[in-house]
Amino acid sequence: MSSSVKTGHLKNHTSFIQSLRHSLTMAYRGILKIRRTPEQLFDVTLQPIIFTLMFTYIFGGAISGDVQSYLPVIIPGILVQTVITTSIVTGVQLREDMDKGVFDRFKSLPIARIAPLAGALLADTIRYTIATVLTFSMGFIMGYRPDGGIGSVVLAALLVIFVSWAMSWIFAFFGVISRTASSVQGVSMLVLFPLTFMSNAFVPADTMPNWLQWFVNINPVSHVVSAVRELTNSGTVGSDMVWSLVGAIAIVAVFAPITVRAYMRRT
Amino acid sequence: MEYKNGKKPNNGDWAVEANGLVKVFGDNKAVDGVNLNVKAGSIYGVLGPNGAGKTTTIRMLATLLRPDAGSARIFGHDVQKESQIVRQLIGVTGQYASVDESLSATENLIIFSRLLGLGRAEARKKAADLLEEFGLTEAAKRPLKNFSGGMRRRLDLAASLIAQPPLIFLDEPTTGLDPRTRAQMWDTIRRLVSTGSTVLLTTQYLDEADQLADRIAVIDRGHVVAEGTVDELKQSVGTSSLQLRVLDPSDIEMARQTVEHVLGVQATLSSEAAKITAPMANADLVTDLLIALREKGITLSEVSVQKPTLDEVFLTITGHGVEEKAKETGTETKRAEAVNV
Repeated sequence: MSSSVKTGHLKNHTSFIQSLRHSLTMAYRGILKIRRTPEQLFDVTLQPIIFTLMFTYIFGGAISGDVQSYLPVIIPGILVQTVITTSIVTGVQLREDMDKGVFDRFKSLPIARIAPLAGALLADTIRYTIATVLTFSMGFIMGYRPDGGIGSVVLAALLVIFVSWAMSWIFAFFGVISRTASSVQGVSMLVLFPLTFMSNAFVPADTMPNWLQWFVNINPVSHVVSAVRELTNSGTVGSDMVWSLVGAIAIVAVFAPITVRAYMRRT
Repeated sequence: MEYKNGKKPNNGDWAVEANGLVKVFGDNKAVDGVNLNVKAGSIYGVLGPNGAGKTTTIRMLATLLRPDAGSARIFGHDVQKESQIVRQLIGVTGQYASVDESLSATENLIIFSRLLGLGRAEARKKAADLLEEFGLTEAAKRPLKNFSGGMRRRLDLAASLIAQPPLIFLDEPTTGLDPRTRAQMWDTIRRLVSTGSTVLLTTQYLDEADQLADRIAVIDRGHVVAEGTVDELKQSVGTSSLQLRVLDPSDIEMARQTVEHVLGVQATLSSEAAKITAPMANADLVTDLLIALREKGITLSEVSVQKPTLDEVFLTITGHGVEEKAKETGTETKRAEAVNV
């Protein structure tokens, strides 16, 4: 008889280092999954190519006189819009993933509760990176030569990836509380469209009615777009960068805990 | 019941102590006051039809579901207050294989091992060892999509054993498996217990509970309706039956008359097999019967005693039309458990 089960040394909480390690292992799982099913990268490869081409040639002449002078405006705008859009997929895939039996095992393991979510979100930064690289490459092919230099472009890319990762917590929350993957998609689109289009991503805000300008100016997406433009076009960092980071951190601070709580309450 | 005389067991002796567990889904009381006590080092079977509340009970014990009322302790640790400790003491194999479909068997085991704190090399070795032990080495690199049901279950069980937890929950471990794979699974479960693990398994197969479990709780509509050893449950249903086979089929009518005369009961015949079956209320009378048969010159080719099957137990306790009997058994169970706790 194994009445020798000694349980005195066990701890009831997970340390920060352990949580980090668990999250990284879960991220590794996410990367393995991407490698196994590369077709799930269609959206992040095709969307940057098609959107960049489309928007540049449709709006270019009307807004900036010609395509060439529109590129410094549209590339940062389309970059932010595209990458944030791909972060919706994170929520959708999380929902699909959570319906599978393997999440039961994750829940029954003595691991940090946040790890399955944080890992999935971390792995998806690969998707954002692909979208970012492709958007910049498309811009470059079309003749965009950022004045800020390569260092600033890399910094801008990191900013966009970080902001999208932060935004993905919002969609992860929808993913956790929704019943089906398609409803995650629907609700997320409703949030995303006003945020990305009611911003300065595609057109300057001066021709908009006052109330709309007011929203565009406080819209965090506008700040991210402005920060990216500043970086890529002049290589400088201003208050927009600060507001973008503050906004992103605020989103994580609010949505990460409520997402984990909702995740633990479900099933 | 081994602890009758006020002798309190310490927590090391109880792998599971559940008291009045309740879980409500909407209007449906899936689990309605379940009490379970599982001794460390034993196999405990929770037997019941579909929808009886077996899985819900296991999920609450495994910290996957929050009970609406009642409490449960695993090796003395509360499943709600000390859930992270409990998770270090259990392995869970669910009804639907809880492994990652999109990854290979090796990748699955490595990820679970890494999550459980094993190093990179250790995790790789553990995965290889377990795959070997469960006969999955050849399929190790294939994606799980091409795995058969049995292979999936084996991998699932292997994943539950990585940390060598002292308590393993198996939710319907052999549902949907073919007889050969099922027998393999049974062997694996027995081997687990011989290494000191405690196993709590649910099943809707009576022979499985009969084969494996030391004690059984029969659960129906969220209630434990009976609890005890396999033999106790069988006895609660009724008497054993005596089966006789005569060597010369022409003797069978005389043999039947003798049986009815000596035992004083109604006997049934199955002529093609020359077999007589009679309820055996008093085992002592069988001696008289055998002597009487010898005196009449009837030669027997086989004598056996058939205990009631678990199927009969199950039908008697949970079946329709026997509601009153079920209630009786229920109160008996509660009394038995009052002694137990």
